[in-house]
Amino acid sequence: MTATTTAPMATTPARTTRQPSARLRAWATRAPLLPALIFMIAVTQLPFVATLVISFFDWNALYPDARRFTGLDNYRQVLTDADLRQSVWTTVLLTVAVVLASLVLGLALALLLDRRFRGRGVVRTLLIAPFLVVPVAAALLWKHVLYNPEYGLLNGLLHYVGGPQPDWISDTPLLAVEAALVWQWTPFMMLILLAGLQSRDQQQIEAARVDGASDWQIFRHLTLPHLRRYLELGALLGSIYIVQNFDAVFTITSGGLGTANLPYTVYQSFYQAHENGLASAAGVLVVIGSLVIAAFALRVVSSLFREEVSRA
Amino acid sequence: MSAPTVLVRRKGAGLGLLAWLAGIVFFLPIAWMALTSFHSEQDAATNPPSFTASLTLDGYREFFGTGGGASPWPALINSTVASVASTLLVLLLALPAAYALSIRPVKKWTDVLFFFLSTKMLPAVAGLLPIYLFAKNAGLLDNIWLLVVLYTSMNLPIAVWMMQSFLAEVPVAVIEAARVDGARLPTILARVVAPIALPGIAATALICFIFSWNELLFARVLTGVVAETAPVFLTGFITSQGLFLAKVCAASLVISLPVLAAGFAAQDKLVQGLSLGAVK
Repeated sequence: MTATTTAPMATTPARTTRQPSARLRAWATRAPLLPALIFMIAVTQLPFVATLVISFFDWNALYPDARRFTGLDNYRQVLTDADLRQSVWTTVLLTVAVVLASLVLGLALALLLDRRFRGRGVVRTLLIAPFLVVPVAAALLWKHVLYNPEYGLLNGLLHYVGGPQPDWISDTPLLAVEAALVWQWTPFMMLILLAGLQSRDQQQIEAARVDGASDWQIFRHLTLPHLRRYLELGALLGSIYIVQNFDAVFTITSGGLGTANLPYTVYQSFYQAHENGLASAAGVLVVIGSLVIAAFALRVVSSLFREEVSRA
Repeated sequence: MSAPTVLVRRKGAGLGLLAWLAGIVFFLPIAWMALTSFHSEQDAATNPPSFTASLTLDGYREFFGTGGGASPWPALINSTVASVASTLLVLLLALPAAYALSIRPVKKWTDVLFFFLSTKMLPAVAGLLPIYLFAKNAGLLDNIWLLVVLYTSMNLPIAVWMMQSFLAEVPVAVIEAARVDGARLPTILARVVAPIALPGIAATALICFIFSWNELLFARVLTGVVAETAPVFLTGFITSQGLFLAKVCAASLVISLPVLAAGFAAQDKLVQGLSLGAVK
């Protein structure tokens, strides 16, 4: 980033000096923005408002005439229904486990890749590849090619060493989904953390090394504090994406065996059970959960963003 | 050479080896999928796995429907239409918006930027049901253009953020100089802004393409037989159908190829896109 982000701000006062056509000019400046803005509001905000309204109705699509206003009843039902409560819990468990595991693995890989070694570019490419497999294809790959108890690769490799032959998906369904997601999301974390590592102040690290600091001391007192916000960013963005995950749950377990998360439950309750009101209430709960994460995420993004702007 | 240097060297080589090992472990499932896709169904389903079985294109023949199954071509074409059209629409909407947020910024341009970002944090399921009901009443179910609109809204915030930062990299002094020399806006955009911002715009387009190509939830709910996309086609493989491993692998690989290609092409800007512009 260069002086460019602040420079436009510097030109703003010149344009807002009071002239007869100032208002016209302001609109001319705004005009290029409007199509995108209106499009976004129409396609994302309006449907959510509709979801909010529907969530207050008892509405099964199979009995449209019985539709009536029920206030907060759907929410009460979602929060007291054992299955739905289970899916809230599953969502939390899935998100936390996947984000933490891929963050730790991503950090280790980023540290390995931050060093110079022969074939670094190739290794980087190999590591990014899992993230670039279509999510459904990745889930199919894990389900059929790796996990299958009869001919899957995992049991095939275990066979060589005379190990047990578990039925991965039936024995540990949630873990099976999580492992597949960790495989796909570790590269994402690695890329963010690698960018963080490469933005470190190299002179400061050299100075510390000259002063006799050990590798661990440099990592603990220089690298980790610098990485903190990148770790936060990875965790928050990862959470936002994984809270919404549908593909892996849908493909690997079809929401069975206690792996149904909220997005899957929303899908199922209106697509299969036609419970529009309940589905909407569950959807609103997903939004509330995401908003909490998003509030933090926006703060981190905005602090990184302001730093970029002020670095100019 | 002194003893500590040798030690550091050896440690360095060890860590390099570890990095290679990690790369191979992460890539192994994909490599195995590729190998399996070239095996016959019998060889693909052996335990222990056969690494040396003879290679065949049967899996690909099966996938492309010459074996009598459903042809994947309509789904592949639908996915191409949805991804390419929505990416073009995103560029059409995001470029002027990014211009109004960087080169000639509106007042409070950061607020607008963060509004775009916040819409990205609204989960897709939040609007799914009303969109479904709307599509049903408007007769737009199973229509690929509905997905084009939805994918555009999904990618627009990312594109606005990325393009804003790319356009902001164009030095204002250069633009001013061109203006002083009497160049008009279209000329400035074509001669000054485009050459600097073009690589970034291309990367943005590739990332939007990837996200549209990958999308499953909307496509699954809103399309049926006519507008089915490639990920929806893949969901047909969720339940096992006897010996079909080579076919599944061929299908997964073929459908992932555009994403792998686009992803590697946009590798350098991938982080910026995925972190919504927060990391450069």
